[in-house]
Amino acid sequence: MRRTATVLAALLLAAGCSNGNSTSSGGSGNTPGVTDNSILIGTHQPLTGPAAAGYSEIAPATKAYFDYVNANGGIYGRKITYKIMDDGYNPANTQQVVRQLVLQDKVFAILNGLGTPTHTGVLDFLKTNRVPDLFVASGSRTWNQPGKYPGTFGFNPDYTIEGKILAAYVKQTYAGKKVCFLGQDDDFGRDSLAGVEKVLGTVAAKQTYVVTNPNVGPQMGAFKAAACDVVILASIPGFTALSIGTAAKIGFKPQFVVSNVGSDPSTLTKTLGAAAPLLEGVVAANYLPLDTDESNPWIQLYKKVNSQYNGNAAFDNNVVYGMSVGYLFVQALQGAGKDLTRDKLTAAVQKGGFTGPGLVPTRFSAQDHSGYAGEQITKLTGGKATYLGTPYTTDDADGAVTAYSGAAATPPQNGIPTAQ
Amino acid sequence: MTILQDATKTKDHQKSPPKSTPLLLVIAGAIIVVALTYVLPPFRNYQLATIGAYFCVTAGLTVLTGLNGQLSLGHGALMATGAYTLALWQNKFDLLLPGIALAVLVTTVVGGIIGLAAARLRGPYLAGLTLAVAVVVPSITSTFDKTFNSDQGLSVALDPPPGVIPVEQWQAWLCWAGALLTVLVLAYLVRGRFGRDLRAVRDDETAAKLAGVGVARTQVMAFVVSAACAGLAGALFAVLAQSVSPGAFPLTLSLFLLMAIVIGGLGRLTGALIGAVLLVALPSVAQSIAEDAGSQHLEGNLALTFFGVVLVLVMLAAPGGLAALKFPRRSRRQKG
Repeated sequence: MRRTATVLAALLLAAGCSNGNSTSSGGSGNTPGVTDNSILIGTHQPLTGPAAAGYSEIAPATKAYFDYVNANGGIYGRKITYKIMDDGYNPANTQQVVRQLVLQDKVFAILNGLGTPTHTGVLDFLKTNRVPDLFVASGSRTWNQPGKYPGTFGFNPDYTIEGKILAAYVKQTYAGKKVCFLGQDDDFGRDSLAGVEKVLGTVAAKQTYVVTNPNVGPQMGAFKAAACDVVILASIPGFTALSIGTAAKIGFKPQFVVSNVGSDPSTLTKTLGAAAPLLEGVVAANYLPLDTDESNPWIQLYKKVNSQYNGNAAFDNNVVYGMSVGYLFVQALQGAGKDLTRDKLTAAVQKGGFTGPGLVPTRFSAQDHSGYAGEQITKLTGGKATYLGTPYTTDDADGAVTAYSGAAATPPQNGIPTAQ
Repeated sequence: MTILQDATKTKDHQKSPPKSTPLLLVIAGAIIVVALTYVLPPFRNYQLATIGAYFCVTAGLTVLTGLNGQLSLGHGALMATGAYTLALWQNKFDLLLPGIALAVLVTTVVGGIIGLAAARLRGPYLAGLTLAVAVVVPSITSTFDKTFNSDQGLSVALDPPPGVIPVEQWQAWLCWAGALLTVLVLAYLVRGRFGRDLRAVRDDETAAKLAGVGVARTQVMAFVVSAACAGLAGALFAVLAQSVSPGAFPLTLSLFLLMAIVIGGLGRLTGALIGAVLLVALPSVAQSIAEDAGSQHLEGNLALTFFGVVLVLVMLAAPGGLAALKFPRRSRRQKG
């Protein structure tokens, strides 16, 4: 017994020592994570595991943008420290790492936690501890519940909005064609299908897939049998590539229309390898500047930050996304003012009115905590996406899909937003 | 020094050392845990609660594998059974304690069914069967996605703890109440006739049969008892994570559990405790090392490496596991 107790004591001691040093970064004053010259925020990201492909580039890009801001003096003299924790896209790990960030590291806020299943589990915990939960990296409608989760805000346009916009394009461009739908078997697929059916009515055939089973043969077979002309995909990049590849293998050549989160051209090209020409003509949507648009001032800014602070990582839409998250967070900090508190930060986000890299405005208000309000259709030609027409906005209820005519904002001279 | 004394005391006869009764140890354990929950900061309390939840399943597994010689790679799946039962119950009725009891009951029944099949299998075939059980969890959740909600899983409705008790402290109490109860029951079970039967069947089935021990019945019972522990652990994990999903109970979890009890010391409840502590401590140590090294991508993978290295080292230095560790031991040299 005593022998065991000794071993246990040694283990506990070792575990205790290993993390003992990180508590010192707690805030002075009343606001956790904030001192006169620093702000500590955290995130949970799939740096390893099934969702790591592509998505693992997001947080380092956000961090690079913060480093750029810090090098230019920070926000009201405070430098941002961004603590990235790996949860491997496993909800049980998310619980662990978010608790560590909030209870042990005493972060000021959680930023851009990635994933619907992972982040859903920590909503109640963050609410109880009154931690601002900003710009969740997912388009689930769960984040938009201001009454239930007053501190949680989304970033992506929600999947229903996206479904409506994609369907409106399909209705107009492929009138009278048979439309089918393949979605991920969770909120992502379901919300997207709801949006599609609001515009198109019941689709001719619908199928689902699960991430743990990398085979969409039966689904594509069913679509071929149903003679679908257009297939709408609500899928992550790996399954977009898999669906397009599988369809080609069985000699099925529909028009593919793909959700934004599953449509990054560089990720898809890499995944498909020699079969990449199959991507020609694929329709998708986006709401941020495209990585290949060299003339866009935002892309020029992001490329500069990427080469200086991100080790010149491969520049794709995930990097654009990560830096745009960083830009929006800095805007929120500016809005919260010099005397930073958690309540002031959420109030600043609720006030809304941010103009930034997005093609459409954000929807933030006291009644609405969802992110961007719409998207613009893109088409893949020669391995590059280009924008078609104008951006569209809509809501996740029965509102019409309307063209948005506001002009795109240009970044400030030094690339850092000022208080509005 | 104390280790040396202890070692010499138990050297002459391992089977019947003058032990203090399990009840006293459990009461002492309960006092220590309650005291710790008042001293530790919230995050440590959460880790303590996780250790308690792991302890339930490692204790059950070490009885099955260590004392009865049945290898199970499917305990992660049994935990998932308990967790999903609790989640479905909570979302309908929101009564925690009956829900945990039901989770244990349902997992016991599932364990009984697997145990019936397992009693006919030996060695690698048994491992194969239990492996299949662990692999099939995601398929079940996506086949019956109306109930289990596929990969996304279910969230678990939970009431806040009574009064002004912090959530983490409440979780630690709950998990350790479960763990200590499990240990108490197991300790008394393996001390009596059941424990003798387990060992007899493990050591020599024919001899056990000749001595009048029902081999198949003992094996099924061992699996049932161990499954009940896994069900309890699963339910506690559902409470801790406030959500259940197939991703929380992957095949690697089952492998980790097995590694933990082997490193801790197979067949000993104290070994199961050490294993449970390691399951929480090693990933945390690995993560802080990765952080210091500055590599973000190392974090998720380093824990695996760590476990492997520790397993190899422990097997080289102390084949009986950490619980059987005896520092500079003369008798071994003389024998060898």
